[in-house]
Amino acid sequence: MKVIIIDDEPLARSIVAEYLQSFPDMEIVQECGDGFEGMKAIAQHQPDLIFLDVQMPKINGFEMLELIDEPPAVIFTTAFDEFAMRAFEAHAVDYLLKPFSKDRFDKAIEKWNRQKATAQQTQALLEDVQTQQEEQHRIVVKTGSSIRIIPIQEVLYFEAYDDYVKIHTKDGYFLKKKTMQHFENTLDPKLFVRVHRSFIIQVAEITKIDSADEVLLKSGKRVPLSRTGYGKLKAVLGI
Amino acid sequence: MFKDFSTRQVLFFFIVWWLVWLGIEWYIVKFYGVTVTLSLVDTAVHIALLLSTSIGIYNTIRFYRPTRGNLLYIRIWALLHSWLITALHGWILSQIDPLHNVFVEQAWPIRYVFSFIMISISITGTTLFFYMVDEQEKEARKDDAEKIARETELIQLRQQLQPHFLFNSLNSISALAGSKPEQARMMIQQLSDFLRGTLRKDEQQLISLKDELLHLGLYLEIEKVRFGHRLVTHIDMGTECEQATIPYLLLQPIVENAIKFGLYDTTGEVVIQIQSRCSDQGLTISVTNPFDAETAQPRTGTGFGLSSVQRRLHLLYSRTDLLQTHSANNQFITTIHIPQAS
Repeated sequence: MKVIIIDDEPLARSIVAEYLQSFPDMEIVQECGDGFEGMKAIAQHQPDLIFLDVQMPKINGFEMLELIDEPPAVIFTTAFDEFAMRAFEAHAVDYLLKPFSKDRFDKAIEKWNRQKATAQQTQALLEDVQTQQEEQHRIVVKTGSSIRIIPIQEVLYFEAYDDYVKIHTKDGYFLKKKTMQHFENTLDPKLFVRVHRSFIIQVAEITKIDSADEVLLKSGKRVPLSRTGYGKLKAVLGI
Repeated sequence: MFKDFSTRQVLFFFIVWWLVWLGIEWYIVKFYGVTVTLSLVDTAVHIALLLSTSIGIYNTIRFYRPTRGNLLYIRIWALLHSWLITALHGWILSQIDPLHNVFVEQAWPIRYVFSFIMISISITGTTLFFYMVDEQEKEARKDDAEKIARETELIQLRQQLQPHFLFNSLNSISALAGSKPEQARMMIQQLSDFLRGTLRKDEQQLISLKDELLHLGLYLEIEKVRFGHRLVTHIDMGTECEQATIPYLLLQPIVENAIKFGLYDTTGEVVIQIQSRCSDQGLTISVTNPFDAETAQPRTGTGFGLSSVQRRLHLLYSRTDLLQTHSANNQFITTIHIPQAS
């Protein structure tokens, strides 16, 4: 079975590797120091299990998983993260709190062998973590082989697009496989308002509300307003 | 107890006040043809009676502050007491020199009014005095409460430790314990020394820059074990800074912030530079870390690490301009300025 360890601290990786020595059928195919490397390694090796640190350079563990279409089984390793721990427990994905003992490590492997967390479970966990960790400050998207981090204030508006959401910025749009519901739940409702079934706009981008069924953005884009959307917008703007 | 006037000053005023009135009354009594000695005795007895009354008033008001409600009783009491003093004065003088009685009886109404005025002044003055003392004590208590709150906040700000740092360090020690027990032992030592330093509770707020850098060194050693070769630090302390002092544990959160920012934003080697310079204006320390402007996580405000430093500097120096940050050429620079006592 193929295993990848992703952690930015070399010693933290080495202890996982050391504990894994007692499981001869587990082969460490690669060790990675950040999420970018981790993503590439996962695509290349298609591992059965990854050990993933949450706090890492550039993109954190959750953001990395989000970018992978079919994430492998994950055992999270983390020092301290209140929000994430609640999510781990809720979705029965195992996690190791640093520092962890060999016994605890063995139990995690045992548990994984027994029930093998599914991709859906991991997906549900990600949703949960994102809604629990305050509001979103940035969005990580994949464009071809590169990764782009979009600060939330640079998003002009979100548009529904089949199974995807188009994230419009001044540099064009990016696609992300998420639902409008997801963004509506995780964005700060004072900054972003869902004005229509298919549109979420940044309040600061509004120039004019022409009528009760259309809003004009600074970029010149006209976004349709639904009746409930108009109500929400009025509440946020205090008019 | 008294902030603005000492007990000695109050006593001095009290004595001068009564001596002046002694002088005035003596002069007036003499003016009406009474002999020098007799007029002095007459006046002295009257003033002595008034003085003992005012001491009584002082001691009473010290424990029972008059209120608006008993103003009427106080007036009646003052009238009665003035009568008592004047009567007593007459009786005493009749025992000393019966011939003086004629004058005493003629002067009786004036004496009575004068006594009443002096007693009223005593009551008003003493009340005002204690009112001021009360106010000062209230002010002092408020100052004390503020000072204690400030001290507590300063200690809390100083002791804030990132749980991530502690747990990740322990995890590193756990990893080393298997393969390199000697290094594990050393890291336990460094971590203990560092933690001991952060737990110091003494009042002394300022330490020498040299000691602060020594403590910072412990922290950096631990971080270097955690991050391996990725973390490189350059510390440059100007020789002129040997005597400079700095609030205890101020530098560590700034450097911690720089390391976190640097390490989480870039993937290669991270060089953290710490430079200190001293001039007549004080001590200036700058901490530089690399960052990637493209992927940097948008930082709202100064982040927790720096906002606690900002708050500490504000509490200690009442200034908000001592911490500054700016970025240039993918370098993020945090500068603090510490005024030095000349």
